[in-house]
Amino acid sequence: MALEVDIAKRLPDFTLEASFASGSGPLGILGPSGAGKTMLLRCIAGLERPDRGRIVLEGRTLFDSERNVQVPARTRRIGMLFQNYALFPHRTVEENIAFGIHGIPSDERSLRVNIWLQRTHAEGIRRRYPHELSGGEQQRAALARALSIDPDALLLDEPLSALDTHLRSQMEAQLQETFAAYRRSALLVTHNIEEAYRLGEKLLVLSHGHIAAFGGKEEIFRRPPTLDVARLTGCKNFSRARATSADTVEAVDWGCRLRLERPLPPSIAHVGIRAHHIDFEEASGATAAEENVFPCRVIRSSETPFRVTLYLRLDRDSHDLPDDLSAGDLQAEVYKEKWERFRDRPMPWHVRLSPKFLFPLPG
Amino acid sequence: MPALSDWSPLRISLETSFVATLITLIVGVLAAAWRDRHIGPAMTFLDGIFLLPLVLPPTVVGFFLLLLFGRQGPIGRLLLQLGTTVVFSWPATVIAAAVVSFPLMYLTARAALQQVEHRYLEAARTLGATEWRVFYEVALPLAWPGILAGTILSFARALGEFGATLMVAGNIPGRTATIPIAIYFAVEADDLRVAVAWCAIDLAISFALLGALYYWTHAPQRARWARH
Repeated sequence: MALEVDIAKRLPDFTLEASFASGSGPLGILGPSGAGKTMLLRCIAGLERPDRGRIVLEGRTLFDSERNVQVPARTRRIGMLFQNYALFPHRTVEENIAFGIHGIPSDERSLRVNIWLQRTHAEGIRRRYPHELSGGEQQRAALARALSIDPDALLLDEPLSALDTHLRSQMEAQLQETFAAYRRSALLVTHNIEEAYRLGEKLLVLSHGHIAAFGGKEEIFRRPPTLDVARLTGCKNFSRARATSADTVEAVDWGCRLRLERPLPPSIAHVGIRAHHIDFEEASGATAAEENVFPCRVIRSSETPFRVTLYLRLDRDSHDLPDDLSAGDLQAEVYKEKWERFRDRPMPWHVRLSPKFLFPLPG
Repeated sequence: MPALSDWSPLRISLETSFVATLITLIVGVLAAAWRDRHIGPAMTFLDGIFLLPLVLPPTVVGFFLLLLFGRQGPIGRLLLQLGTTVVFSWPATVIAAAVVSFPLMYLTARAALQQVEHRYLEAARTLGATEWRVFYEVALPLAWPGILAGTILSFARALGEFGATLMVAGNIPGRTATIPIAIYFAVEADDLRVAVAWCAIDLAISFALLGALYYWTHAPQRARWARH
């Protein structure tokens, strides 16, 4: 593996403990703010010293607490894209890029600066100062600068968070292009779920300093290993659950019985379903007799330009209603077109929690 | 200005202040940069030593310098063995001015260096820069406006130095008599026209320095970088 990390570092609120290996291709590091994501990158880059552990990059030991090895940041050959890019304000874009290309003849130096300006489509801004650049241009310049040292690993700390929404997708495309050309370890820290999914090939979910999940992104999203990971990957709907047979559970908080497609784990504690996986029975003749179909009422709805979030409460016996009646049981996300079709139908509607999309979560 | 027949105090004052400021600039910035990387009680004590000339009366500073550089002093004896002496010579005016203006340079340089955002220094390190390059090519240029302000303050302080200079360099016309000393001895000799003339010159220089200080601390930083 190109980058092997196994470190621990005490932080004021928790201990960061991370052990993983990353090959070529981008690894998305997802986690809420304050989970230790930036600290992890800083330890790898050599800007912070872990309390113990090892960091090995392309066979080079960068840190080893037992052998007392701590390679300084300047000789690690790790390109770092800082959160606000940290372009030197007193240097033009080309001078910023040239900073990392040091100790070679000046004609070769400017040749290499030109290469990086071209590859990041930044030729047009070469003589400008950082404060004269837009957010996207700053990112291009910072990316060129980080790549100019021919790094063995590329670390990106919230690369898109400083950008306006309309610029994001554009710069995301640029990052994808960069990753496609840069086939070494790239770690991308973000708290944006969609960004992590789109840009990372693999995913590492960090929560309170420990790795909550690590692996292929599809697998993590389809089958989150823990409640924490399900939440961090954007799942909105959970209920405490009790197994009642080999493939059915009693969803305690929702007050219903559900069949699950997968074999249940030995210790099931919760069951979850993503908001966009919740479906409504459109045929008006649908009844609750079908499995995983329940009558429900819409308590509240919240609209975005193209989608609607519906807050649902399942119809059930009054004695097991939740304490907070306004909370609802489930959040469903549907496209507006679909919502328009049945928004005026009389309640109750019938919601389908398909076994295909329900996932069990161990305790 | 008909009152002045001897212009040497102006020359001596400017030469002394320039050389003294150059020394404080280099030593002060290096001391500030070095101090920035070290913490601990010993450092706080060192800070106290560095700042002493700011709080001590200049005559006391001058007295200490005499003890150090005098014929019986540790440095004075060393210099004597090399066949030279600095007390009551032009170098003494430089030493006095440099020591007295050092704290201003040190304080402003430290403040300016501390204000440089850490991420720039870290970015430089990840780009392979040695600590010297981090300092010289990143920290120093970014702290430069503050350091320049400190330089102007130091120059002004050096130009106005009187007490310590009189103690270690005395009043030797044409060699150690700076403008403040010339003013003092002109007043003493009841030569008010000469005193007023030097005061007017000092006033003009001071205004020019304040103007420069205002310009460097108020002109927007970015415009300066852009102008290159």
